[in-house]
Amino acid sequence: MSKFTEQMQAYRYNTGFALPPYNSPPIDVSHNIILYIEGLTVSFDGFRALNDLNLYINDGELRCLIGANGAGKTTLMDVITGKTRCDQGTVYFGQTINLLAHTEPEIAELGIGRKFQKPTVFEAQSVFANLELSLRTSKRVWHTLLASLSPVERDRIDDVLDIIGLAAQRDMLAGALSHGQKQWLEIGMLLVSEPRLLLIDEPVAGMTAQETERTAELLTSLAGDHTVVVVEHDMEFVRSIARTVTVLHQGTVLAEGTMDYVQNHPEVIEVYLGEAP
Amino acid sequence: MNAFGRMLAQLRNDGGSSAMFLGVLTAVTLLAGFANLVFPEGSIFHVSTFTITLLGKYFCYALLALAVDVIWGYCGILSLGHGAFFALGGYCMGMYLMRQIGDRGVYGNPELPDFMVFLNWDALPWYWHGFDMFWFAMLMALIVPGVLAYVFGWLAFRSRVTGVYLSIMTQALTYALMLAFFRNEMGFGGNNGLTDFKDILGFNLQADSTRVTLFAISALMLGLAFIASRFIMQSRLGRVVLAIRDAESRARFLGYRTHDYKVWLFVFSALLAAIAGALYVPQVGIINPGEFAPLNSIELVVWVAVGGRGTLYGAVCGAILVNYAKSKFTALIPEGWIFMLGALFVVVTIFLPKGIVGLLNKRRRKNGTGGGTPLASAEAGA
Amino acid sequence: MLKTVRCIASVMALLVLAGGVAVAADAQSETTEEATATEVTSAEPQVDSVAVATVAIEARTVPDLLRDLAQASLNETPAIVDALASSGGLSMLPLFQAMLAGELYYERETLRILRIAENEAGDDVASDVLTDADLGPVNARDYRKVRINNRVRGQLRDAIARINLTEGSADQRRAAATAMLDGIDDSTVAAFEQALKTETDAQVRDVIEVGIAMAVLKSAATESEQLVALEQLDGRLEAPVRNLLTSIAESSGDGRPTAVQRQAAAIVSGINARIEHYQFLEQLFFGLSLGSVLLLAAIGLAVTFGVMGVINMAHGEMLMLGAYTTYVIQQLMPQSINLSIWVAIPSAFIVAALFGMLIQRFVIRYLAGRPLETLLATFGISLILQQSVRTIFSPLNRRVISPDWMSGSWQINPVLSLTNNRLYILAFSLIVFFILLLILKRTSLGLNVRAVSQNRDMARAMGIRTDIVDAMTFGLGSGIAGIAGVALSQLTNVGPNLGQQYIIDSFMVVVFGGVGNLFGTLLAAFSLGVANKFLEPVTGAVLANTFILIFIILFIQKRPKGLFPQKGRAAE
Repeated sequence: MSKFTEQMQAYRYNTGFALPPYNSPPIDVSHNIILYIEGLTVSFDGFRALNDLNLYINDGELRCLIGANGAGKTTLMDVITGKTRCDQGTVYFGQTINLLAHTEPEIAELGIGRKFQKPTVFEAQSVFANLELSLRTSKRVWHTLLASLSPVERDRIDDVLDIIGLAAQRDMLAGALSHGQKQWLEIGMLLVSEPRLLLIDEPVAGMTAQETERTAELLTSLAGDHTVVVVEHDMEFVRSIARTVTVLHQGTVLAEGTMDYVQNHPEVIEVYLGEAP
Repeated sequence: MNAFGRMLAQLRNDGGSSAMFLGVLTAVTLLAGFANLVFPEGSIFHVSTFTITLLGKYFCYALLALAVDVIWGYCGILSLGHGAFFALGGYCMGMYLMRQIGDRGVYGNPELPDFMVFLNWDALPWYWHGFDMFWFAMLMALIVPGVLAYVFGWLAFRSRVTGVYLSIMTQALTYALMLAFFRNEMGFGGNNGLTDFKDILGFNLQADSTRVTLFAISALMLGLAFIASRFIMQSRLGRVVLAIRDAESRARFLGYRTHDYKVWLFVFSALLAAIAGALYVPQVGIINPGEFAPLNSIELVVWVAVGGRGTLYGAVCGAILVNYAKSKFTALIPEGWIFMLGALFVVVTIFLPKGIVGLLNKRRRKNGTGGGTPLASAEAGA
Repeated sequence: MLKTVRCIASVMALLVLAGGVAVAADAQSETTEEATATEVTSAEPQVDSVAVATVAIEARTVPDLLRDLAQASLNETPAIVDALASSGGLSMLPLFQAMLAGELYYERETLRILRIAENEAGDDVASDVLTDADLGPVNARDYRKVRINNRVRGQLRDAIARINLTEGSADQRRAAATAMLDGIDDSTVAAFEQALKTETDAQVRDVIEVGIAMAVLKSAATESEQLVALEQLDGRLEAPVRNLLTSIAESSGDGRPTAVQRQAAAIVSGINARIEHYQFLEQLFFGLSLGSVLLLAAIGLAVTFGVMGVINMAHGEMLMLGAYTTYVIQQLMPQSINLSIWVAIPSAFIVAALFGMLIQRFVIRYLAGRPLETLLATFGISLILQQSVRTIFSPLNRRVISPDWMSGSWQINPVLSLTNNRLYILAFSLIVFFILLLILKRTSLGLNVRAVSQNRDMARAMGIRTDIVDAMTFGLGSGIAGIAGVALSQLTNVGPNLGQQYIIDSFMVVVFGGVGNLFGTLLAAFSLGVANKFLEPVTGAVLANTFILIFIILFIQKRPKGLFPQKGRAAE
C-alpha cells in the first residue's frame, strides 16, 4: 500500500495542485484536531437521537465508533456531512470552518468523504465512470461539460481499480457487481476523491473474511495521510484496525480509549450485556 | 475548439446509430424539399406542400420530444409543463409575425394588431415593443422561456422538490399560464391567440419556397439539437446527470451541486422546447392559449415514453410515430383518439417501460451475442 | 333561460309598438326610472278614462276582473290590479307573482287566464293561477301573454308586499316590510301604521317602525322629531335606510338642520363599519365554503396519496363519477328528488370505490415503487374515463337538482345571508372528515392501512394480506372522492371535466398540509380556500389562483414537508 501513497503524492505534484485545491479555505489543524463536535443535539419528534454530544477527532487518526442500534452513529455522520440539521451545538472542521453553515456538496468539496451504510453507487454506469465522477476536480456545471480525462487522471483511476480489485470489472455496469464489490467500489470512489476526512459507515457488512482483511489493511494504510472515522458492528474488525474507539450510547459518548480499555469499561459492559453482575 | 473536435469524434465513434439518425434526417429533408420544388405538381415524384408542412410540424414535435427526453429520460425529472415553454417560444414568434402584418389587417392599423383595435386599445402595450425586429423576437423566444425555466427550476430544485411533486408543480405552472393567456387583458389575443400571419422576413408564408425553407430549418434545428444533446450526454456532465437520476444524494456527497445541474439542464431543455415552438408557429399559422393546456404537455410525455426514454433517437421516433398515428386515427374515428391516448399511457408504462427502442434492443441482444455481462457501452448509446 | 330572454325581448317589442315608449327590461337601472317617468306623463291624458274604468271595476268579481285583465290595455291594467288586490287578498298572491314573473297567459277565445312555466325538463306546463292545479303540458305559442310594464311591475311588487304584510307568516311579513322600505310614500306609511296596530311580532314591528321613521325624515318634520327618528335608524343595515341617511348627511342647502345632518353622518359611518364587518364575515364564509369543497376533494387523496403514497391522477375522475352517479340516480327516481340524495351518497361511494379498486388491481399494483410511471398511467385512465363519460352522457353539462331543504338561504341580517347548500356542504365535509379519521384511527382496517403504509414487508410478515389492504385503502380513498362528487353536484353543473378542475388544487392542499397528515389537510384546505376568496376581489380569480400557487412553491422552499411534517430518520 505504500506504493499507493507514493503514487498519490506524485500525482498531486504532477497535476500542480496540492490539497486543498481551488477556492476552498485551508483547513487549520494547528491544534492537531481536525473535527470538533460540541454540545450536539438532534431530536426527531421528541426522540433525542443525539444528546449533548462532544467528540474530537485528531488529524490523521483512525477512529472507530461503536454502539448499539439507535445510539446515534449514523445521525452523527448525517450532521457532519450536512444531511441533517441539528437543533443545538457546533461542528467545526479544523479551527475555522463551521460545517453547520455549509451544504452537502460544499462539505464534500471541503474534503469530507462519506461511504453510506447501504452501498450506493451509480448502478446504471460503468465502474470506471463511477470513479471518474468521484475525481477530485471542479464539480461545477461548465467545467464538467467540457472536462476530459487527463492521462494522469486515467492512470489514477486505473491505480485505484487495482487497489480495490475491480480492474477486471472496469467496464461492467456497477449495478451488476456483487454486494461486497459495491462496497469496494464505494471505498474506491472515496479514494479517488482524496478527502481529508473519511466517514465510513459499516464498510465490511456483507464481505467475506478475506475481503474484510483487505479492507482493514486499506483503512489502516489510509490513516496518517487522511483522517478516517469508521462505524462498525463487527468487533473483530474493529479490534483489527482500531487505535482509539469511541462508544456511543443514547446519543452521547459513553467511553473512549483503546479497545481493551473500552471492553473492560463497566458502563460499556452494562450497556452491552445488561445489568452488571 | 477542442470541444467541437470531440463532438465530431464522438459522432464517428459511437456504433453508428447517431450517424445513421443524422443521415436519415438529412436524406429525408433533401429529398422531400427537392421533390417539392423541382418536380411539377402531378408528377409521381412530387411531394405536396401539405406534406412538407406536415413533416416540418413533426420535426418540431420531435424537437419538443427531445427536450422532454433530455430531462426526463436522462435526469428523471418528469415535466408535465413543457408545453408552456413551447407555447412561449411560439408566442414570441407569433408576436413578430403579427407585427409584420402591418396595415394589411382587417382594420388596417399599421401599429396595432387587429385584436387590439377590436378591444379599442389606442397604443401598443410596452411588452409588444421591439417585436417588429426579427432578431429581437428570436432573442425573446429564447430569453423568456429560458428565464421562466431558470426561475422555476431554481425555486423548485433548490428546495429539493422532486418526483411527482415537481411534475404536479410543472403542470400547475402551465395551467396558470393557460388561464392567464386566455384573458383578453393580457394583450396576447385572448382566446383566439395570434393568427392571420402574412409573411416572415419579407417572404410570403404561403409560398412553397418559404414552406420548404421553414421545413429545412426545422430539420436543421432538430439535427443541431440532437448533436448538442448528444454532446452533453456523452460528456462528464451527462454522467453527472445520470448519477443525479439514479442516486442524487450520493452525487451530492461527491460534491456536485445537483440543483445547479438540474436547473441548467432544465433551462437547456426549455430552450429546445422554445425553439420548437418558434419554428412551429409560422408553419401552422396560429398560436393560441390551447397550447398551454396541461393535456398537450402530458401528451408529449407519451411520445417520449412510446419511443423510449433515455435514448435521443427514441424520443424523436416516438414523437413522429405517435403523431402520425394520431393524424391517421383521428381521420378514421375522431372520438377514439382520446381512448387510444389513454390506453397508450397505461400500456406503455406497464408493458414497455423502455419504449419501442427498449423492445428492439432487447430483441437484438437476444438474437445477437446472447447473455454475458451487461456492458456499459451497450447501455450508454445515444 | 333562452326562453325567458326571448319573452323579455318580445315584451319589449310589444311595449315599443303599443305606447311608443321605450322601456328597458331591467328595473334596477337608472334609465328605467326615467323611462317610467316618461311613460307616466304620456299616460296622463287618459287619466279620465282610467278613473271611469275604476268606477266600473269596483262592482266586479274576481273571475270578471281576470277576464278584464286579459283584454286590458297597459293603461287599464293598474286599476284592475288594484281592484284584484283589494278584493282577493291573500289568494291573489300566486296570480301577482306569476304576473310579475311574466308567466301569465290567456286563451285567445275564452280569455281564460293561466300560468305557463317551464318545468325541469324544459317543457311548458300550464297551471291554474288561483288553485295552482296542474293543467298539463301546453304550447306557450298558442296563448297570449298578459302584458305588463315597469309601472305595473312596481305596483305588483307593492301589492305583493302589502298582502304579505297583513296576511303572511311572521317571516313573510318581515320580508314584505323590508321590501316596502324601498320607495316609501304616503300610502306605504298608511299601510305601515295600519299594520302596526295589529302586529305582535317584535322583529316585524321593528322594521315597520324603521319605515315610519324614514317617512318622518323624508317629510318636513321638526328638528327634534327628525332626531328621534334618526335614533330609530341607528345601526340598521337595510340598504334604503343607508341610502336615505347618506343623502341626508351629504345634502346641502335643502334646509335640513345641521344637528340632524351631523347625527346622520355619524350613524352612516357606524352602519358602514357594521356592513364592512358583515362583508368580512361573508367573505370568510365563502372562503370556508371553498375550503370545504377543497377538503372533500382532497381527503380522498390524502388517503391514497398521503397514507399509501400512490399518486392517482384519476382522482378527479372519481369525483366526476360520484357526481354522475348522483345525476343518474336522480334520473331513475324523478319523483323523489329529496330522497334521491340519500340514495346517491352510498351509491356514489360504491361506484367510485369499485372503479378505484379496479384501477388499483389492474394498473397501479404493477407500478409499485415507480411513482412517475404511476402518474402517467393513471393520467391515461383519467383520459379514458373522461372520454367514456363524454360518449355516454354527451360532452354537455348536466344539471343536478338540489333537494328542497338545501335551497334557500339563512338570512342573518339584510347584508349577510348564507346559502343553505353551502352551509350543508361545509357541515358535510367536516362529517366525512371525522368519519374518515375514525376509520383510520379506530378500526382494524385503519390499523392495517397504517401498518402497511409504514412497513409493507413487516406487515406482510405479521400475516396482513397487503394486497387486499391496498385495494381496500384505494377503494376507501376513491369512494370518499365519489361522495365529494355528490356534494359538488349540488354546487355546480356536472360535466366530464368536473374532476380536472380540482385535481391540482387537491394535490396542493395535501402537499401544503403535509403528506400523511389528515389534520394538516383539513387546515390547509380551509386556509387555502379562505386565502383564495380574500385575494379574489383584490386581484381577480385567475391571479388569485396564480398567487396561491406561487405562495405554495415558496412555502415548500421553507418547509419542504408541509405544515405538519412527519419527522424522523425514515422521513426522506
